[in-house]
Amino acid sequence: MADNLRGAAAIMGIGELKPARTRPNRDAMSLLAEASYLAIQDAGLTKADIDGMIFDPSLAQGSGGGYNPQMAEYMGIYPTWATGCDAQGAAGVAMALQAAAYIQAGLAKYVLCGMSAAIDPEARRRPAGSGMTDTSTTEFQVPFGPTVGANGWYAMIAKRYEALYGATVEKRAKVSVDLRYNANHNPMAIWHDTPITIDDVVNSRIVSDPLHLLECVMPCAGACAFIVGPADAARTGPHKPAFILGGGLGILRGNLTHVGEITVSPVGRAADKAFAMAGCSRDDVQVMEIYDSFTITVMCELEESGFVPKGEAGDWIQDHDLTFKGDKPLNTHGGQLSYGQASTAGGCAQVTEAVRQIRRDGGDHQVPGPTDLVYVTGSGGSFSQQSALLLGSDATL
Amino acid sequence: MTENEYKKPLPTPSYNSQPFWDAAKEHRLVFQRCTLCGTNVFYPRDICPGPDCFGVGTLEWVDSSGRGSVYSFTISYQPANRAFADDVPYVLAIIELEEGWRMNTNIVNIDPQQITVGMPVEVFWDDVTPEFTLPKFQIVG
Repeated sequence: MADNLRGAAAIMGIGELKPARTRPNRDAMSLLAEASYLAIQDAGLTKADIDGMIFDPSLAQGSGGGYNPQMAEYMGIYPTWATGCDAQGAAGVAMALQAAAYIQAGLAKYVLCGMSAAIDPEARRRPAGSGMTDTSTTEFQVPFGPTVGANGWYAMIAKRYEALYGATVEKRAKVSVDLRYNANHNPMAIWHDTPITIDDVVNSRIVSDPLHLLECVMPCAGACAFIVGPADAARTGPHKPAFILGGGLGILRGNLTHVGEITVSPVGRAADKAFAMAGCSRDDVQVMEIYDSFTITVMCELEESGFVPKGEAGDWIQDHDLTFKGDKPLNTHGGQLSYGQASTAGGCAQVTEAVRQIRRDGGDHQVPGPTDLVYVTGSGGSFSQQSALLLGSDATL
Repeated sequence: MTENEYKKPLPTPSYNSQPFWDAAKEHRLVFQRCTLCGTNVFYPRDICPGPDCFGVGTLEWVDSSGRGSVYSFTISYQPANRAFADDVPYVLAIIELEEGWRMNTNIVNIDPQQITVGMPVEVFWDDVTPEFTLPKFQIVG
C-alpha cells in the first residue's frame, strides 16, 4: 500500500449554483441537494453509486437522525459511509482530502462532498446552537462591540500588516481588481457584469479600518458540491479527472487574539505537507486558487504557503498579473471576492474551479497556459485553520 | 435612554471567569499563571494550555500591571449591533499586556485616527453598571 494518498483518488464530478444575494424560498438542504445532483450527473454516476457522503455539521437542525441521514433521506441517496467536516472555509479542501483517505482505505468508492448557504429573506435565521461554552467570545469580545462577521478581525490583521510591512490599500487593491477581471469573464460570478478599478477599491467606503468595502466578501446564498472517486474509475468517467496529489490542514488558534503573530496565517504547515505528499515544488504550480475572504487573506496565504517571502506580498502582487491570462493566474473564477462567497461553500468553489481549470473547461476564463497542477487553499475562522490541496491532471502522476 | 440604563451586552461570567470580573469591579486587571510551568494564560480556563504542560487546576490568579501596547486595532464603522450604533466609529483593539498576554478591548479617550500599532496603553476602568466594570484602555502620555 502506498504511504500516502497521492494519486489514489480524483475529483470526477462538480456542481455549483451561481451565488446570489438571496435565494427566496430555498433552504440550505435544497440548495445542497441541487448542487449534489449536478455533481453526481457531471460525474456520470447514479444516486445508487454514491456510497460515501461528507457534509457540514452546521446543516444540523431539529432532532431527526442527524444531518447526514436527513440529507440522505431528502435526496434519496443512502450511503454506507458518511461523516462530517466542520472546517468552515477550510472544509472544501479538507473534504476532498478526507474523501480520498476514505477511498484509499476502502470505506467508500464514490464520495459526495458539499456545502451550501441559504439566505432566504422570508425565513427566520436559524438560531445558532452549540454545546460549547465559549468564554473567549461571550465574555471577552461581546461586551466591547465585536466585529461584524469577520470584518474587524481581518481589519486588525491588515492594520498590523501595514504597521510591520507597510502595504496599504493602494497595494492590496490589486487583488480585488485582478480577481474582478476574472469574474468579468465568468458568467457564474455574481459580479460578472461589473468591472472595477484600483481607484474604485481605494475610494470605496471603509468598513473596518483599514479594510475598504471592495476588499471584503459579500454574503451570498449558493451551494457547491463535488464527487471524489477512485483513480481508475475516475479515468473512465466523462471528464478529465483532477487527481488529489497531496494536502493538509493546519490549526493555529481558536480566536485571532491570543495565540501567535496574527499576520501569520495557518496554511504554512498544511502547504509543506501538501508539497511533500505530492512530491512537487512551489515552482511547479501553474494556477493558484487561494481562499480570499479579504484582500489581506490572499497576501498572508501567498507568504505562508511559501510562494512569497514574508512581508513582500504587497509588492509581489504589483509585479505579477493575477488574472487568468496573467503570469500568476489566481482565483480564476473571480475568487470569493467577485465570484461570491456562499458562506463555507465559497471554499468549496475554490476546489471546483481548480477542477474546471485542469479539465480545460474554463470557457472565457480558462487559463491559456498549462493547468496541470493547481494549488488550492481553504481558510476558516480568523486565521484559525487553513487547508492546502494540490490537484493535478493525469500528466502529474 | 436614561442615564442608568446600560443597553450593551454584559459579560455572562462562568465559574472560570467570575474572579476576573470580581477583580475588575475593584479595578484590578488579573490573568492566570500556571503554577507548574509558569505560562501566563488569558482568557480564564481551568486547564493549562502551556507547551508540554498537562496542568489541571494549576492556574492561579495574578495581578497585571495594566500596562501594555496596542498590538493591533481597527476603527469599526459598522456597529456590532444596535446597542453600539451611537458609538460608531469605535475602536476595537488587541492589547498586549506587559506580561505577554493579549486581550480584546476598546481604546477610549482619543481620536481614533491618532492611534498607531505599538502605542503604549494603560487600563481604563469603565464602571458600566453597578455589577460590571469593563477593562478598556487609553493611550499613555
